Amino acid sequence: MLLTRLLSNDFPRSRVLAVVLLLIFLALALTPFVVPGVKALNVAAKVLVFVVLVASFDLLLGYTGIVSFAHTMFFGIGAYGIAIASTRMGPGWGALATGLAVALAVSFVLALGIGLFSLRVRAIFFSMITLAVAAAFQTLASQLSEFTGGEDGLTFKMPELLQPSFQLMEEPFLGVSLDGRLICYYLLFVTALVLFLAMLRIVNSPFGRVLQAIRENEFRAEAIGYRVVVYRTVSSILSALFATVAGAMLAVWLRYNGPDTTLSFEIMLDVLLIVVIGGMGTIYGALIGSGLFVVAQSYLQDLLRMGSEAAAGVPALAALLSPDRWLLWLGLLFVLSVYYFPTGVVGRLRAPRKPPTPGGPSHPVAPAPAAPAPTIEGDLLENTR
Amino acid sequence: MNKLKDFDWMPLALVPALAVLVLPLVGSSSTWLTLTVAGLAMGMIIFIIASGLTLVFGLMDVLNFGHGVFIALGAFVATSVLGSMGDYTGSERLWMNLLAVLPAMVVAMLVAGAIGLAFERFIVRPVYGNHLKQILITMGGMIIGEELIKVIWGPLQIPLPLPAGMRGTVLMGDAAVEKYRLIAVVVGLLVFGILLWTLTRTKIGLLIRAGVQDREMVESLGYRIKVLFIGVFVVGSALAGLGGVMWGLYQQNVVPQMPRLHHRRAGGRATGRPDGQLHRLPGAQGGAVFQHRADDGHPAVAAAGRLRPVEVRVLPCS
Repeated sequence: MLLTRLLSNDFPRSRVLAVVLLLIFLALALTPFVVPGVKALNVAAKVLVFVVLVASFDLLLGYTGIVSFAHTMFFGIGAYGIAIASTRMGPGWGALATGLAVALAVSFVLALGIGLFSLRVRAIFFSMITLAVAAAFQTLASQLSEFTGGEDGLTFKMPELLQPSFQLMEEPFLGVSLDGRLICYYLLFVTALVLFLAMLRIVNSPFGRVLQAIRENEFRAEAIGYRVVVYRTVSSILSALFATVAGAMLAVWLRYNGPDTTLSFEIMLDVLLIVVIGGMGTIYGALIGSGLFVVAQSYLQDLLRMGSEAAAGVPALAALLSPDRWLLWLGLLFVLSVYYFPTGVVGRLRAPRKPPTPGGPSHPVAPAPAAPAPTIEGDLLENTR
Repeated sequence: MNKLKDFDWMPLALVPALAVLVLPLVGSSSTWLTLTVAGLAMGMIIFIIASGLTLVFGLMDVLNFGHGVFIALGAFVATSVLGSMGDYTGSERLWMNLLAVLPAMVVAMLVAGAIGLAFERFIVRPVYGNHLKQILITMGGMIIGEELIKVIWGPLQIPLPLPAGMRGTVLMGDAAVEKYRLIAVVVGLLVFGILLWTLTRTKIGLLIRAGVQDREMVESLGYRIKVLFIGVFVVGSALAGLGGVMWGLYQQNVVPQMPRLHHRRAGGRATGRPDGQLHRLPGAQGGAVFQHRADDGHPAVAAAGRLRPVEVRVLPCS
């Protein structure tokens, strides 16, 4: 029962998926104790941040069916909020709270403004406007060097509890010293978990259903009586706020923020890749996608290196298989995903192989309504105007 | 006379009007001339690039987020072509230089056009009429294109020096104007003229405009509009390739990340004229030049006396 409430009745609905999700969850929860070393912890923290960021983007792309290119802007606002507040007010919990609050407020106002201006018309204009606004913001962030540190960014300190030098206990616990770094990691972990569940709750609420209805057929949703503009704007605001918190998480972890860390277009591309490969329209896709992406980032390159060495005789093939070109293969996977399995890995795993036998599944009351697979054909009608 | 009356001259007048308007702000007329030509030159290059994007979006309702790949492609092809023509580029005489640059442009346009054909066929065609997928798929195309460029030409920045005869400045009164900027303006005007002429004075242009208005009607009259639209996509890509050559020569180097640099511009561009209708071509031009001026901070920044060369702003991304 508790699990049902926690997961908002949106179970993985696939044994493989459930196992994989559990594995990722356990891996993230136990990283500091299982895999020693700074690097593993850094990777895990990155996954945590990306899970929140990607899930919040999925709220927009997968559930509402609109593409925003300003997602990294909100990500950056969150990070800059923490960075600027910590630099100006000195390290402390007050600075963190103030920074986060101000960042959330700024994100709210910006998202509201962009949404109201551009979501009235066709959703494609929203993409263009967000692209322009994000570019402007990035330029602004690197130009206002008084305030943001310019291209160099800002380095700052955390409250004492989260500083690496802080020791909770004299004795190491299970062979791991309980320092500020570890506390910081678990702060991130808990935040990510709470936000993840909150987003799961949102998309499975009546509000989330309306969003999906709009995605599937904007015209009909409007005809039933839902104000499409309002719902889309609220969705974009929510997604912006979650992205802001994700940015704050990253800043807390890195104790640094600069334009390239949070605002660059590369991150936007990464997020797009993760959402599409993981699965649009499934919050779980964010988790799977982030995990996969980070693994690909580290291991696909090794794999390619092996392939490249094997193909050393054919220079063209060797160049294609060069480990630096891993993004090429991920890009190909991305394009193929959009064409052939728009619901991504999670959608694939969830796809029913055979018709459900009556009374078979564990929850007989709801015979797998199979959360309407996002077909993203909803835009079709809009185009005919 | 009627034709003159119908002519949409307002967008065209915008650029000169703006240029005149900021004259008192700049003060010195020689500085003003230098800045105006600089703004016009970059504006024209962006116009060449953006016109392809606008055409494709206006006609086929496809917003090609991968348009930037063709820019980079054009620029990289130019490095290869010009690199193999050292005799011509090294010469001080302008006509010898043109003999090198013109083939580079043609080859770049051909390559970009050919890749554009493939891009349309494999990337865009399966997703006509679906904006969301279009955005995603063209972004994917951009990633792949950028990586393939890195495979062929390497991930590093490649210098693309201006031919010797095109370097330096000419004095116009007191004002020193870079030669290449003048050339860019001339090429831009040429492209603009040809496009305008094609769209308003030829049968193909007529069909394109009609197709934008009512695709089904044109089809029912027996024209194969699909072929026409593919042609437009190819021309749009080729124009981006040309723009890439011009831009590369302007920056004097090319980076594989060009698609993304352009991306920022594409956003601004497309937002400026979201309706992207064909008869608005003068608008595209006005928009491009105007936007670049704003980018460059032409009036305000110059007045404040801290003019920043474009190069500085574009490069940090690499």
